[in-house]
Amino acid sequence: MRYYLLIDFGSTFTKLTAVDAAFGDIIGTASHFTTVATDIRDGYHNALKILYQKLSSNIKFDHTIACSSAAGGLKMAAIGLVQELTVEATKRVCLGAGAKVDLVCAHHLTKRDIQNIADYKIDIILLAGGSDGGNTESVLFNARKLGEAKIKIPVVYAGNRSCQDEIEDIFHEYGINGYISENVMPKINILNVRSARDKIREIFLKQIIEAKGIKKIEAEIDRVILPTPEAVLQAAELLSKGYLDEAGLGDIVLTDVGGATTDMYSICNSTNRSDVVLHGLEEPFAKRTVEGDLGMRYSAPGIIKTLTKEEVIQINKAKNVDLEKEVNYRYSHVDMVPNNPHDEYVDQLLAEMCVYRAMNRHVGRIEEVLTPMGIIYNQIGKDLTGVEYVIGTGGVVINSKAPSEILFQATNIKNMPGELRPHDPKYLLDKDYLLASMGLLSQTEPALALKIMKKHLMPLEKKV
Amino acid sequence: MKSIVIGVIGADVHAVGNKIIEFTLTNAGYNVINIGVLSSLEDFINAAIETDAKLILVSSLYGHGELDCRGMRDKCIEAGIGDIILYVGGNIVVGKQDFTEVKERFLQMGFNRVYPPGTSIEKALGDIKADLGE
Repeated sequence: MRYYLLIDFGSTFTKLTAVDAAFGDIIGTASHFTTVATDIRDGYHNALKILYQKLSSNIKFDHTIACSSAAGGLKMAAIGLVQELTVEATKRVCLGAGAKVDLVCAHHLTKRDIQNIADYKIDIILLAGGSDGGNTESVLFNARKLGEAKIKIPVVYAGNRSCQDEIEDIFHEYGINGYISENVMPKINILNVRSARDKIREIFLKQIIEAKGIKKIEAEIDRVILPTPEAVLQAAELLSKGYLDEAGLGDIVLTDVGGATTDMYSICNSTNRSDVVLHGLEEPFAKRTVEGDLGMRYSAPGIIKTLTKEEVIQINKAKNVDLEKEVNYRYSHVDMVPNNPHDEYVDQLLAEMCVYRAMNRHVGRIEEVLTPMGIIYNQIGKDLTGVEYVIGTGGVVINSKAPSEILFQATNIKNMPGELRPHDPKYLLDKDYLLASMGLLSQTEPALALKIMKKHLMPLEKKV
Repeated sequence: MKSIVIGVIGADVHAVGNKIIEFTLTNAGYNVINIGVLSSLEDFINAAIETDAKLILVSSLYGHGELDCRGMRDKCIEAGIGDIILYVGGNIVVGKQDFTEVKERFLQMGFNRVYPPGTSIEKALGDIKADLGE
């Protein structure tokens, strides 16, 4: 196994990375518009032609694997019981599996929820509720509701294991394309990601890529193995932990600012302190959050919706822009590429706002509680203060003239002293856009993938 | 196995009694969900919903129990578990007040059983068996 071709079928671009394992590095990259609406192979062929030209030879690749977020990525509905518990657990499993969570439902499903499943073109439903031995009423009600609505898309049941049998009966009775996995929250505040995540991946590979017209490509390549965000998550985890003798970078945060979403990843424990009381649902070591309302194009209007009218006025005045006009223009011109200083300036500003807000939602909080026993620290979410590296990726960050300014926003405490943002990290830039492909490579060649990442991630200046 | 949610409410970090309660009730054959110290009303109620618990046993040792527990029954009703059995015990009020009055106030708040300081868990266990069955 010498030559690897790693492919990322993105929503906009099909990106190719060629790796020579004997040489131990990347030998070429190329990209072309994704053509999933017509035939995904066209864009791939064009990208491959460009790659061959760059390499000035038609290498025969020994291994060709791909990840995909084309055709809307993996869209999921997360259904749980209590908002802070199984609903949150279900959301985290979907995000950890590389999905977008387009619909979140708590307690009993309504007719409107069922309608939304169709309207939002959901690909897979993750149904949970109840700890093991706990509530069964809610999941049984919801499973029947999905059955009565003649839901055809796959449903993964990851709730209370005490009623797995009844759920399976309901799946049979209504002909639901159903799967059973372990409970996402077997005990209160305990998160169990793996089983449900693996089931989601299996369905993604077996059914979803076929339904989206991506599977055709498998006639020409080995296979599509992961949703792109999961490939990135795996790359980040490898980069953090290291592999055998090759040391990792330790605790890291990764931010990916895209056209439709801003993704935030953190690879670290919830806390390294012994003097805090942790509260709420257990946090995953490798955590991904996705902000569907924060993006540079499709979701640009969402950025100003996170602000009050007064804040928009203040920013407009301070930065000499018209935010509303700018975000609406970007929303209606999603293929816009900034080609003048003003547009670059506005893109930079919007990206900074995306990263600030996405971190605000990702990061944990600490509060001091005065008790008769003295001050006690109560923590909810993840403590990122000790994170050693903040890594930036995504078109706007990579192409920015001042990428570090965007990444600094991940550490900007502003007036929220309780937020446990990274305190004094170093900054790296994924300038060659290789995290997803290294996630793919890490499936078979973790040592090589790690070495390449460590070599190609570009250090940026630190905050002074 | 019947489920019981236990924990210490409010800005209260007394963990010892909490562990003893967990141990005793688990030994008695109940499924104990211990949400630990510094817990809010909502933490108790959320845990009870997910675990289908029949009883919530609230501990408060630092004297602010009356403030912390206010509205508990109403919130249970709002959350759809209005029939759940509520116990409270510990040093639930400040100072040396007449316990008959204190008990009356907590019963008015919708608690089913109210225990004075120094009650052993065995005493409460007898009540739990009576209220839930073995």
